[in-house]
Amino acid sequence: MAAFRSTERYIASRDLEVAVNAAIALQRPLLVKGEPGTGKTVLAHEVARSLGYRLIDWHIKSTTKAQHGLYEYDAVARLRDGQLGDPRVHDIANYIVRGKLWEAFESPDPVVVLIDEVDKADIEFPNDLLLELDRMQFHVYETRQTVVAKRRPIVIITSNNEKELPDAFLRRCFFHYIRFPDRETMERIVQAHYPDLRKDLVREALNVFFQIREVPGLKKKPATSELLDWLKLLMVEDLPPEALRAKEGKLIIPPLYGALLKNEQDVHLFERLAFLSRRAGA
Amino acid sequence: MFATFILALRQAGLPVSLTEYLTLLGAMKARVAAYDLDDFYYLSRAALVKDERHLDRFDRIFGEVFRGLERPPGAPEGEIPEEWLRLVAEKVLTPEEMARIEALGGFEALMETLRRRLAEQEGRHQGGSKWIGTGGTSPFGAYGYNPEGVRIGQDGSRHRRAVKVWDRREFRDLDDDVEIGTRNMKIALRRLRRFAREGAATELDMPGTIRSTAHNAGTLDLRLVPERRNAVKVLLLLDIGGSMDDHVRISSELFSAARSEFKHLVHFYFHNCPYERLWRSNRRRRDETVPTAEVLRTYGPDYKLVIVGDASMSPYEITQVGGSVEHWNEESGRAWLERLTGHFRRSAWLNPVPQDFWGHTRSIGMVGEIMEGRMFPLTLRGLDDMARELVR
Repeated sequence: MAAFRSTERYIASRDLEVAVNAAIALQRPLLVKGEPGTGKTVLAHEVARSLGYRLIDWHIKSTTKAQHGLYEYDAVARLRDGQLGDPRVHDIANYIVRGKLWEAFESPDPVVVLIDEVDKADIEFPNDLLLELDRMQFHVYETRQTVVAKRRPIVIITSNNEKELPDAFLRRCFFHYIRFPDRETMERIVQAHYPDLRKDLVREALNVFFQIREVPGLKKKPATSELLDWLKLLMVEDLPPEALRAKEGKLIIPPLYGALLKNEQDVHLFERLAFLSRRAGA
Repeated sequence: MFATFILALRQAGLPVSLTEYLTLLGAMKARVAAYDLDDFYYLSRAALVKDERHLDRFDRIFGEVFRGLERPPGAPEGEIPEEWLRLVAEKVLTPEEMARIEALGGFEALMETLRRRLAEQEGRHQGGSKWIGTGGTSPFGAYGYNPEGVRIGQDGSRHRRAVKVWDRREFRDLDDDVEIGTRNMKIALRRLRRFAREGAATELDMPGTIRSTAHNAGTLDLRLVPERRNAVKVLLLLDIGGSMDDHVRISSELFSAARSEFKHLVHFYFHNCPYERLWRSNRRRRDETVPTAEVLRTYGPDYKLVIVGDASMSPYEITQVGGSVEHWNEESGRAWLERLTGHFRRSAWLNPVPQDFWGHTRSIGMVGEIMEGRMFPLTLRGLDDMARELVR
């Protein structure tokens, strides 16, 4: 049985490994939730990479219907062909457009299907996929054929919790909540992404980063992806670690903070706090 | 195999079903977690818990059911045996008191004190028993009773690595009975959304077009439908001032969440109990009031009425003519409440007072009766229940 482990590029905690392996072993979907920027989407990419499977990425939007993942009947094209007298019009199968799930079910090699941000879709969306994900098959009404998965794909579903998912859907999934990594894990993650980054710079950067996360009242706390972006910027600018060092635990405004704070109100709040802290120290 | 565990989880209110139990057993059989308690904990969590709000409760039950499973023979020393604490607790506190302390969640402070004192005690290395005997009965009592408190002394203790993971209870914030933020509220309120097609027909109705084109034997016949919009209408009445001062933060959070969630949201303020006049803005409440009768006339029965208030007042303010603390009311609060609930097809009362306290205030019971039991605590769970009730 293929098993998933942390790779050199993606540091997974033990509980995440167990959850992914359970989903692989029982061929059930894995539902992943967590703060934005903690690597939910990247997880699917890494699972596919480490198992050597192909990844089929189905990105969900508010207008996505479950049917889009299975197939669509392009009625307009057929109508046009019909009016132009195209001979293709006699076979309805010419106008069936395959969706991502069909593609995954038909694939002779094992694949990983990522259903990204499932909560963005309509409330009924997960319900409409119950049977398809459970049995890994569906029926094409127009051509009266049943598509059955040749090999059950590994399905990874991510959610940002904007909508609650129905119980019947949840029953069929394994669930994992990605917690925000602690400092130790964070160091490993940074190490994995930028192996040649200077140790002292990482230390100072993490100090600043965790300090910012602890500022009360931030609307959007910076997460792993923000940290990685920021470090990249620091590397590009070639800043010395001294630029990040705060004096006696005081709050400083870090250089290039735009990568960490994405919200105007947060920036204001932070500037005010830094100002107060500077004044208190003076 | 783990039937006790599953039953304990169900008893604690986690929605665990047979399907999930079988999934867990299946995964065990497939050797996903073999001979390792940590892995088993992770696996059972992934299989049985489907909502991060339940993670904390799961941790607690897991700790209780599998307690001591991997305790090494030489159990940690220098820590206060929990049975002992429990004994002290049972001696000092009545079961009601314990339940109350637990329900109030006032353990944070206690925990801090305990941690500090423990550190103190360790530093001095002298008679721990004496220290407990004198200083600590009440805090420790509470502590000993609480399943979470018992183990705090072992926080970071080197010996019980396996138990530590769930004992840390990192998911406490996510428990739905405890914390509530605007974002979470919005999600809870979203249950109320109801989409309907209203207004001008601007969207191409594909199935309709195809159907009518087919009917026309292939001559194109375009059909349009109005766009789907959230059509739910909410009338929010907020209690303000007096005893509500304690709940200002949560009420304003609810208000801002509701405002961004509903397009048709109307709000009014009242004090303690709605009477014949309501007002829109608190600054000008003396001179700009709206007669309640006008509100009833303006907003149709299809509005969903949500009253937010602690319902804590003198019973006279509900039952008596002239009972209001602020003015002379010609009709009792009860009459106005019944008029409101009678007019709107769906109504509910949200109460920021913790539910365990409702029994202590008579007026809460009375209002609850007038609302025919549709009073919900202002927690995520309460909002959820309310939303369910309102869309029924």
